[in-house]
Parts: sequence; structure tokens; C-alpha cells
Amino acid sequence: MNQNPTPQTGHDTGDYVTVNIGPSHPAMHGTLRVVALTDGESLIKVDPEIGYLHRGVEKLGENLTYHQFIPITDRLNYCSAIPNNVSYEMAVEKLMGIEVPEKAQLIRVIMMELARIADHQVCIGILGVDLGAFTPFFYLIIQREEIYEIFEWFNGARLTNTFGRIGGVDADLPDDFEERWEELKPGVRKANDETEKLLTHNRIWMDRTIGVSAFSAEDALNWGFTGPCLRACGVKRDLRIDEPYCMYDKFKFEVPVGKHGDVFDRYIVRMIEMEESIKIIDQAYKLYKEMPADAPLMARVPKVIKPPAGEVYSALESPNGELGFFVKSDGSANPYRIRIRPPCYMIYQAFPELVEGELIADLVACLSSLNVIAGELDR
Amino acid sequence: MDLKNRVEQCLGPENFVVAMIECQGDLSVEVPKRSVVDVMRLLRDTPDLGFNFLSDLLGVDNLDLNKPKKKPKKKTEEGEGAEAEAEEEPKEKGPLPPRYEVVYLLLCLERNERLQVKVRVEENDMEVDTLTPVWKAADWPEREVFDMFGIRFKGHPNLKRLLMWDDFPAHPLRKDYPLEGQGEERHLIYDD
Amino acid sequence: MDDWLIAIIKVVCIWVWVLLIAVVMTWVERRGAALIQDRPGPNRAGPFGLFQPLADGIKLFTKEEIIPTKAQKLLYIMGPLLFALPAFSAYAVVPFGDKIVLGGKEIILQVSDVNIGFLFILAIGSMGVYGVILGGWGSTNKYSILGGLRCTAQMVSYEVPLGLALLAIVFVYGTFSLRDISLAQQGTFLGFLPNWGIFKQPLGFILFIVAAYAEASRVPFDLPEAESEIVSGYHTEYGSMRLGLYLFGEYVNLVTISGVIVALYFGSWHMPYIDLGAYLGPISWGIVSFCIFFLKVSFFLWMFVWVRWTLPRFRYDQIMGLGWRGLIPLALFNIFITALFIQLTV
Repeated sequence: MNQNPTPQTGHDTGDYVTVNIGPSHPAMHGTLRVVALTDGESLIKVDPEIGYLHRGVEKLGENLTYHQFIPITDRLNYCSAIPNNVSYEMAVEKLMGIEVPEKAQLIRVIMMELARIADHQVCIGILGVDLGAFTPFFYLIIQREEIYEIFEWFNGARLTNTFGRIGGVDADLPDDFEERWEELKPGVRKANDETEKLLTHNRIWMDRTIGVSAFSAEDALNWGFTGPCLRACGVKRDLRIDEPYCMYDKFKFEVPVGKHGDVFDRYIVRMIEMEESIKIIDQAYKLYKEMPADAPLMARVPKVIKPPAGEVYSALESPNGELGFFVKSDGSANPYRIRIRPPCYMIYQAFPELVEGELIADLVACLSSLNVIAGELDR
Repeated sequence: MDLKNRVEQCLGPENFVVAMIECQGDLSVEVPKRSVVDVMRLLRDTPDLGFNFLSDLLGVDNLDLNKPKKKPKKKTEEGEGAEAEAEEEPKEKGPLPPRYEVVYLLLCLERNERLQVKVRVEENDMEVDTLTPVWKAADWPEREVFDMFGIRFKGHPNLKRLLMWDDFPAHPLRKDYPLEGQGEERHLIYDD
Repeated sequence: MDDWLIAIIKVVCIWVWVLLIAVVMTWVERRGAALIQDRPGPNRAGPFGLFQPLADGIKLFTKEEIIPTKAQKLLYIMGPLLFALPAFSAYAVVPFGDKIVLGGKEIILQVSDVNIGFLFILAIGSMGVYGVILGGWGSTNKYSILGGLRCTAQMVSYEVPLGLALLAIVFVYGTFSLRDISLAQQGTFLGFLPNWGIFKQPLGFILFIVAAYAEASRVPFDLPEAESEIVSGYHTEYGSMRLGLYLFGEYVNLVTISGVIVALYFGSWHMPYIDLGAYLGPISWGIVSFCIFFLKVSFFLWMFVWVRWTLPRFRYDQIMGLGWRGLIPLALFNIFITALFIQLTV
């Protein structure tokens, strides 16, 4: 965020031209900015600048109580707010040593997986739009709308869910969840199917995505990649399996792994993950039905939350990757320090390495496939 | 052998470890500032530790923690005894601890173990060696710590502000920076 | 005098007609997109949203015209004009029906049956690129220049396979006149196929339609205005009716291209197997031939919409690769085969 970024915008450096992409640009997902030094169509040097959506979330957290911070976490990854809420709640619960009732954990799992589907749908839809394929976006977004209906009817909010409370969840799943879910499931599958038909084996799509911004597993780990982008590079790492939380160890599901870490692999990994999420929801709901109707939804939590002094880091597998919260408490009712580890922050810093030497069109494709969400990037 | 012993064994002989705290299963190791890069290399390359993934890097400002005298008194008047006890603890540890901390969150992918490594930073010597040669992932987090706390990282390839604009005068996550800001304005300069 | 009058009437009629189709095309495009994408589309203005283009037109005409301070005024203003004028005039040599007999006077349904036929279309079509490059340059915007350059490179590259595909047609029919080629497509070919160009030039047709999509810069060849990459390409800095001229010119181009495709490859106004002209009177045949031609054109117009909302976009290097390494060798091969065939049969 410098006033006269180098290479300077407006001036041309020798044979190269500086193109300032963003912060207002159709492909810049909100408010990202990339200053690119180009030689015709190819990118010589790429300099991403972030901070245009910086709202001081971490500073805000230090001045709010533990519960008041939950709605703020909605505004991190606004495509899937629920994993943000749960991740933060889990961190505070860990700090206080609270054991969350199983039923609440299952409700969390169901909602988080729904959010994962919604997030991947948006990501793939936008990837399609950025590569010029407009239609799959609508197929997916219509289904995401249905998922948002479920959220809305669960707690009244569609985008910023403020889901759950520290120590559990505030409300049970409504009675007709099963009906709604069974109605939704074929729709989601059909939309994915149609997207697959339109894109996956499309010659143009393959040309545009295969081999574009490929990344090796070592580089990805070195840069701190997590989530689908890391799995696309061929590293089988998923916190849901490696560090199980919320009873994820009780569900059977596959973790898709790519090979080359290119745009195509990231797309395929996300496509398969949606299907796996559907399986997880089915299993979680089956377990949920076995629970007694009056099983507790909240652990015993004091009205005013004052965790003992200490600091913990707790992370979960958000749709984008490892979403962690570092919470430090001084024993008072306000967190002393909250640090958010957004997954795409780590991924996006490798952006120059990913796209330098490629073409301008690849920059857009790569950016969409990383699913960079400005809200959680800038906090 | 549990993680604590292994870390002690690995870092012990050189007396790297200043303190070791466990909080709700999270182990944190405090190491001296000058040797932080060596410690990280050791932690990464020692076979039975293998912390090969930098999960995150963050700064903490301990300003409020370091001045427990004023606040507990006020609060004890309000009748919160437990609070006062909790906050008086650091006072007993002797001289005032350094104001800033840099915390490195490490992860071992093979064993899924996590470790916090902590470095204390004095207010009069705000420079830490950069971790970018060990993990490229340290790039932006270090810039952010510089941006938010003013801690400089020696040897960082591109130590500019990350989130705030370049000539922003303050470091907003410091505890003495007001929540509502100080009325800084960004003046955009356009060509011509 | 009569000839002049007829010519003027024909010019005005065809001009209005092409404009009308182009206007309706903007509506078809939106409704078609909506149909493909499971959504209603514009449905508020008039029945089925049919007045939507009208509302858009009013909007574009009444918007304030802004010229960016740094733009090079003359080029900036000339850009859209240079783009739209060739687009409007290219249809002049494309037929839109057989002929009509009014008061004993035979009127061919074509503005002018010049004997250089589609050479005129190629020449006029290439003129459009000046509008794009001047508009892109005159805007003094990097995205605009990138768009203009992309468009120029693409147009120049794809004119080669387009021209070569047309050359093979000339070999087959021995004429440049679109009317003569149309007339030659009557009857059957090999006894069972309609005597259409596509059956004589199947490869040529594929080459032509791919190159034509690229010339019209439609998806998957819409790089000059690839909105996710270079904002809006060459018309990033344009607004109001200047932008309207660019957008409108594109639709007019589509009509022209569809007309050429139908005239060259799909038997123009001929019905397959039935020679309606023999059964109908001169006036009614004129109208019917016009309707048949228009129906065929409509199909290809719809195909433009259909393809646009189905395929992703190429990348710049891929588009060049396809043009130079794929289409041009194929087109040369097509010419060779055609020439060989003609040599052997005649």
C-alpha cells in the first residue's frame, strides 16, 4: 500500500509496461491489487498489494468481550462464515478447557460442511466466470442459494451467520432438516454434474487450466500452503483427519489429492470435496438422529467468559485451508490478543512465484483458483 | 518420549531454552532472540522433532500485562480478588518482562504436533532476525508484525508495511494505540 | 430513375432490417443466456421483456458523453464510427432472398450483386479493426491498448484462414458473387444430399465458422474485451452511445456473418429437395425465399448465443496457435484437396 509503488504506475520501465490491476477490477475478488510489470501479454514481475479491506479485526477483538467477537469473525471469509465462527469458538473453548457436548459438535459439523459446499461452489463458479465460462456459475449459485436458505432458516442470517456460541450451539436443528437436506442433495449433485460436463473435459478449459501456475509440494509447504491448494500439489493433509476435531474421526470420507498443483488440480480437488462433504453430512446426521432429543447443546459456561491467563492456538480445516485462531488471555473479560491465521493469507503471498512468467490471463485464472477472499486476507 | 522432553533434549545443551510453558496442551518454548534462526533450523532438521511447517508468525504487545500495579488496585476495589491474583503473577517474576513478543507457530506434519516458539523483544532493541531463509512463509507475517508493532526483521527481503499504507505514522496493534485511531489520513498522489 | 429509386428503397429497407435484427439480437442474447442459465432474464419492459433493447437504446442515447481528459480526442471519437460504419455497410453484398417481380420488373433481393462479392466483405470486415485499434489507442488506457492489440492480432491472423476457406469456395463455384453461388446451390448433390455448400466443402465450412467467430470476437474468441482480464478491452473508456456503437456494430457483424454462412454453405434461400420457386408466383416466392433465408440466418444467430454461454475463453497464445498452426495448414490442405478434386472431375 505505498503511494508510489515500485515499479511505478503510470510510468513505463524500459521495454516493459506496468499494468495496475485492481483494486477495482472485475477479476480482483473484492479489493485486491496487483501491480504487474508486463512484456506484452506476459508477466515479468508481479507485486500483490493487500490491505484495502483492512478493518482492524484483531484490534477490535482486543476491545470486545469473547462473545462479542463472534459476529466479527463472520466478516473474515464471507463466503463461508460458519467455519470462522466455529474456529474461534473452538479456540476459546480450548483456552477454557470446555468440552462441547457431542450433539452440538454434530450440528457444527453439519453446518460447517454445508458452508464448505457453498464456499467451493462460489470458488468454482467464479473460476469459471474468470475464464469466460459464465453458465456454470449460475448452476452453482442457484444451489448455494438453497444452502443459504437452510442457514437462514436455521438462525435467520444468510451470509453472516454468527453461528454457535462458546461452549456449544444456541439452537437445535429444526425438525424438518432431513426433508430439506434430502431435497437439497440431488440439486447440489446435479449442479456439480452439469458443471463437470461443461468444464472438466472441455478442451478449452483443459488448455486454460492444466499446467497453469503449477506448484511443487515442497514449495507449497515452504510457503505455508494449506487446504485444497496444498492437496492439489499432492500433499495429503487435511486437519479433519490429521488433527480431528468435532468428531471428524467418526466419519468415513476421502481426501482428494492432486498431482501437479495447477489450476486444474485445484478445481478437481474442490469438486471432489463437495461430494465428500455431502457424505459427511449424511453420516453426521445419522449420528445426530441417534442422540436423545433432550441431549445438551451447550456445555456449562459462565455468563461472563473470563478464561484463565494463557495462550492457545487452535485451527480447523476451513474450505480454504487451515484457519487458526491464536487467543491470548490475561484473565479478564476481553481477549488480550487475538491473531487470526487466514488460510489464503499464506497462499496469496506466494502469488508472484505462482504467476511470474505466465500470461495476464493466467494471473486471473490462478487468482480465482486460490480462492483469495479479501475479507480474511486483510482482516 | 513426549514433546516437551524431546524439545528440551534438542535445544537444551546449547541452553537455548529460556522458559517452557504448557497451556491447555499447547507447548510454548521461549528462546533467546539472537539464536532464533538457529533454533528454528534445529527444530526443523532434528529428525525426532521435524517441525517442517511454519503455521503462523505473530506479534504480541505485553504493555498492559507489564503494568499490573494500577489496574488490579482499581479492580480489587470493585471486589474482584481473583482477577488481581492472576495479574499479579508476572510481577513476582522479577524485573519487567520485555514489552514485545514474537510468537512462531510451528507444526510437524508427520506427527501432527504443534509448538509455539516465543521470542521476547525489548523496546530499545526492536530487531529480530528474519525467518524468510528458513521458511518463505514468514514473508508476509513478518511484514505484518513490522506494520502492526514496529518490530524490524533483519535481513527481510522486502520489509514494507503490509496492511497499512507506507507512510502511516503509527503501529496500530500496539496497546497504546487507540482503537478509534489518531485521525491519520491517506493522501493519494496522482500523476500530473 | 426507377433503378435509382429501387436501389434506394432496397438500401433503406435492408439497413433498417439489419438494424432491427441486431436490436432484437441483444434481446435474444439476454433471454438466451437466461434460458441457458436457469434464470428469467429481462422480463419487465413489455411482453417477454421485448422492449428492453429500446430501453437500453434510450439509456445509451441520453447518457452524458464523457471524453477522458487524457484521451486523444480525434481518435477517441473516430474509433466507434470506424467500427460501426463498415459493419453497417458489409451487408450490402449479402443476399436476403431470391428475387421479386413487381410490375413486370425483376428485383433481386440483394442491395447490389457485385461480382467481387465476398472480397468486398473481407475488405470491409478488415476495416473494422481500425475502429478497434484507434479506439484502444485513443483512450490512453493500458487495458484499452491491450484489447486493441489483441483484437488486431486476432483479426489479422484469422483473416488468413477465412480467406483461404473462401478461396476453396471460389474453386468450387467459379465465382465471387454471392448471388451466383446461392443460385448454384439448387437441387441435389450426389443424388441424395441437398446441393449445399457444406456438403461440397465440409472442412471449409468448419474453418470458416471458426474463423468467423474469431473475426466477430465472440466467445471463445472474445479476448479483445475479455472482461475478467482486461476490464472491457478496447471499449473500457467508452460510455453512452459511443459504447453503444461498438456493441451494436458487433451484433450487426453477427447478422452479416450469419448471412454469409447461409449464402455460402447452407443453400441460401433454397429449401432442401423441394424447388418452391417452381410452384409459387413471383411475388409470393420472393417473400417465401426471404423467409427461408431469414430462418436459416436466425439459426446461426442463435448458435452465436448458444456457443457464447457454453464455452470458456481461449488464452492469447492459444488463439494464435490455433490460428497459425491449426487453421491455416488445414485451410491450405482444404484448398489442395479441392483443387485436386476439381482437376480430376472436370
